[in-house]
Amino acid sequence: MDPLFEFCLRMGDNTLVLGHRVSQWCGHAPVVEEDIALANTALDLIGQTQLWLGLAGEVEGKGRDADALAFRRDAWDFRSVLLVEQPNGDFGNTLLRQYLFDEWQALMLAALKRSTDTRVAAIAAKAAKEVAYHVERSRGTVVGLGDGTAESHAKMQAALDRLYPFVGELFATDATDEAVAEAGIAPLPSDLRAAYDAALAATMAEATLTIPDSRWTHAGGRDGSRHSEHLGHLLTEMQWLQRAYPDATW
Amino acid sequence: MSKEWPLWEIFIRSQNGMSHRHMGSLHAPDAETAIRNARDVYTRRAEGVSIWVAKAADITASSPSDKGPLYEPSESKVYRHPTFFDIPDEVGAM
Amino acid sequence: MYAQMVKSTGLGVKSRDEMSPEEARFQDRIDAGDKIEPKDWMPEGYRATLIRQIAQHAHSEVVGQLPEGNWITRAPTLERKAILLAKVQDEAGHGLYLYCAAETLGVSRDELTEALLSGEMKYSSIFNYPTLSWADIGAVGWLVDGAAIMNQVPLQRTSYGPYSRAMIRICKEESFHQRQGFDIMMKMANGTEAQRRMAQDAVNRFWYPSLMMFGPSDKDSVHSAQSMAWKIKINTNDELRQKFVDQTVPQAHYLGLTIPDEALAFNEDTGHWDYSEPDWSEFYAVLKGNGPCNDERMAARKTAWDDGQWVRDGLLAHAEKRAHRTAAE
Repeated sequence: MDPLFEFCLRMGDNTLVLGHRVSQWCGHAPVVEEDIALANTALDLIGQTQLWLGLAGEVEGKGRDADALAFRRDAWDFRSVLLVEQPNGDFGNTLLRQYLFDEWQALMLAALKRSTDTRVAAIAAKAAKEVAYHVERSRGTVVGLGDGTAESHAKMQAALDRLYPFVGELFATDATDEAVAEAGIAPLPSDLRAAYDAALAATMAEATLTIPDSRWTHAGGRDGSRHSEHLGHLLTEMQWLQRAYPDATW
Repeated sequence: MSKEWPLWEIFIRSQNGMSHRHMGSLHAPDAETAIRNARDVYTRRAEGVSIWVAKAADITASSPSDKGPLYEPSESKVYRHPTFFDIPDEVGAM
Repeated sequence: MYAQMVKSTGLGVKSRDEMSPEEARFQDRIDAGDKIEPKDWMPEGYRATLIRQIAQHAHSEVVGQLPEGNWITRAPTLERKAILLAKVQDEAGHGLYLYCAAETLGVSRDELTEALLSGEMKYSSIFNYPTLSWADIGAVGWLVDGAAIMNQVPLQRTSYGPYSRAMIRICKEESFHQRQGFDIMMKMANGTEAQRRMAQDAVNRFWYPSLMMFGPSDKDSVHSAQSMAWKIKINTNDELRQKFVDQTVPQAHYLGLTIPDEALAFNEDTGHWDYSEPDWSEFYAVLKGNGPCNDERMAARKTAWDDGQWVRDGLLAHAEKRAHRTAAE
């Protein structure tokens, strides 16, 4: 597979799956201000998906557009990390998952703005502005809930313990990553880890939360070798109309 | 019932050069969150470039009965308005 | 119309002789087209009626997220997903503007929320109907938002300043909502056989509930008479319903869809469409809690509120801790 195509899928599938997850909150948030904020995040992620999967289709050159890639691929062809496939859980779990992803995405996009591929750089420049705000918001909420009441602290610590074992996959580096790094298209994910760890340590200290010692990580999403069971259900729901009425336009 | 988040009044400057304008209010636990909420609530259609927030409870408002003394004296000073003065057309724009 | 059957004082409109000097001055201001602002003197009945009406409208916006939110995760394209999400987000925003308008009258949002969850306050009957196919999302935008706009446009001129300003903002933002619904309906009506069936089925199910949104005839209602004297209600329910039917029937014809009313006919004498009344016993049953989705809607809002408690408490506790720390420095 063309490494650039694969790379675009990884970027776009992450935002697609996470955007879908966040959109599930619509109408169910703790206050109406949060309903609105979560919808903004989801909207940004869906917009980024259109750009990344649009570019993927262009690179592939087989006439598949962003919708074809989003709605007509089965789970094993997806390249989303397991972190974003995880169910929403409670509001704290959702915002912590968001923060863990946002901090990575911000670093990745900052590097991608210097990509040798001008299309990649252009998407990154647009998305980076949105993500800078996502980090600010998710970080503020994680700190607030971590350093809130005893109950909110306990829930956030449980969420961190649950989700931290999915962080390492964001920095996994394989032949695809080496190929796009070689071409100057994207950084090696492993090179982003130090900055990520520093940001995470600062946030969690402020949030009075303890980062688990073990760096052991689940993996299998970003290379499609073993997704979570959750992804299949998510796609079943998301792709249903396109699958059930393949000859329709919407 | 637990304590409610305070109410904040939101002022937004819509484009550089214009004054901040009252847009509405919202609830938030603190000022920083109020600014973030204001961004999400009141700039969904790219309405603003700068946001002020003020706790509603901290705003002192004039009372309606002051309306006469506060504002009516200026009503008689019509010469403050440019339309008070008739300038002949041939003088041109002024 | 998101506020249905809002009770006013129930005493009818006072004659000038019955009014106190304050009430008379207040009515003069309303008659002169003045806006009433939060700190101005106002009759208790005016305040109480407005709180009921604005809160019911706000609750409707917030509960109204649910039937449309039901399809966000199943929207058929990325663009449709984004548009629907943006629209439902707007509904949340409108709920927020309206809660804030109600709060200027001396109630808190938490009190209003508790009143909704206890069943003491109502929301529009329309949101107790299910969205069963993608065409329902089109029908909700086209018919439900179309009906809501009929009521909201005149309410921009309502006498209470904060309410009027909220409605102006809402109407500005709503302008794309009905269009996106009609746009979906056009795609469906001109689509495959299955899509056409979905479209017709959606119209069949949403037509009468949309007519019910305006509420039963209120031409003899003492509540409505008082609200109209106070300019917190601008038109009668029948006027708005007729306007809606007149506007919508040609649009349905354009789509090639059938309005499920055999009596529907253009009346040359009146220049309006004659139509059948909805089944008002169904309307009252829905208001009483026996609509197809009342239980689900209330359960969803209650869960959101209860499950959100620790979040609201946690963030506030953090804000207070930080304020103390800053004060101690």
